[in-house]
Amino acid sequence: MTHCPECEAEITVRDLLVGEITYCPDCNAELEVLRLEPPSVALAPQIEEDWGE
Amino acid sequence: MRLAILTSRIRVEEKLLIDALRQRAIAFDIVDDGELLFDLSNPDERWREYDAVLCRSLSQSRGLAVLNILEHWGIHVYNPAAVTALCNDKLLTTLALLRAGIPTPHTLLAFDSQVAIRGMEMLSYPVVLKPTTGSWGRLVARINDRDAAEAVLEHRETLGSYQQHIHYIQEHIAKPQRDIRAFVVGERTICAIYRTSEHWVTNTARGAVASNCPVTPELDSLCVRTAQAVGGGILAIDVLEDAQRGLLVNEINATMEFRNSIAPTGVDIPSVMLDYVLSAMKEEAVR
Repeated sequence: MTHCPECEAEITVRDLLVGEITYCPDCNAELEVLRLEPPSVALAPQIEEDWGE
Repeated sequence: MRLAILTSRIRVEEKLLIDALRQRAIAFDIVDDGELLFDLSNPDERWREYDAVLCRSLSQSRGLAVLNILEHWGIHVYNPAAVTALCNDKLLTTLALLRAGIPTPHTLLAFDSQVAIRGMEMLSYPVVLKPTTGSWGRLVARINDRDAAEAVLEHRETLGSYQQHIHYIQEHIAKPQRDIRAFVVGERTICAIYRTSEHWVTNTARGAVASNCPVTPELDSLCVRTAQAVGGGILAIDVLEDAQRGLLVNEINATMEFRNSIAPTGVDIPSVMLDYVLSAMKEEAVR
C-alpha cells in the first residue's frame, strides 16, 4: 500500500503493472504506478504534444 | 525467442499484448522509454538478447528515436523507423500517398498565415487545419470562414511551437458522421471499424463509437496499397468516405490503439500483431 501524493489517501497497486495508470479513490487524481515493491505512485504526467498513435 | 516491448505507459493495448505473449509462453521484457540512456557509439549488448523490439511508446518522438538507434545497431524493430517516421508526420504521409497514387484529400501546406488564408480560400471553406504531427485529433480545427481562419492562425503563430507554424490545410470531406479505421498487418486488412460521432472529429479518443465495418475487396486493396506506400508493417489506416470520389485515405498510424476495435470486429488484434512479429522473427532466424 502507498499514498496518493495529492490527498494522501491509501492506494493499493495490487493487480497493476509498472507504468499503468490508476485513480485515487478519494480525489480521483490520475496516478502512474512507479514501483510495485515497495509500492510507489506519482501524479501521472499531462498529455505531451507528441503523444499518440 | 525473446521480445522487448517499448512503452511509455502501460495502456489497455499493452496489457492485451502482454496477455497474448503469456498465453504463447514467449519470453519478453517491458522497457520503459523514460529509463533509457544510449551511448550511440557503443551498442548496448543487452538489446541483442531480443529477437525483436515492438515499439509501443506513447511518445512518438521517443519511439522514433529508439527505433532509429536500434535499427542502427542491427536490432529488428516493429514498425521500422522509416515507416514510423512517415506515419508520424502528416506531410510525409501525404507525400507517400501521392507518390503511390492513393486517393487522399486535397492538401496544401503554407508557412505564413496570410498565405495560408489564401490557400484556404483556394480550397474554399470549410477547410481542416492540422499540425503535421500529433494524434487523437488534438489541435485539429475545422475552419468555416475567414474570421475563424484569422483567429486560429493568430493563436497558432502566437502560442504554438514552431511546429504549429507549419500550416497543413486539407479540404473538408463531408463524411457521413463517421470514418473508417482499418487495421493492416503485413499483407492483409485484418478488420475495420466505423467510428461514428455527432462531432465532425471522429476519433474514438474523442468519444466516437466503434462498430464493425466489413472489409470489402475495395477497402482491403486500398489499405494494403496504403500500407505498402509507407513500407508496410502493423498499421491503422484512417479512411474517409466521399460521396463523389469514394474512399480517401486520410492518415496512417504506426503505433495503433485497438482496444475499442476487438469487440465490434471479433478479431483478436493483439494476437494477429504478435503472430506477424513472431513469424517475421522466425523467417529472420532461418536466413
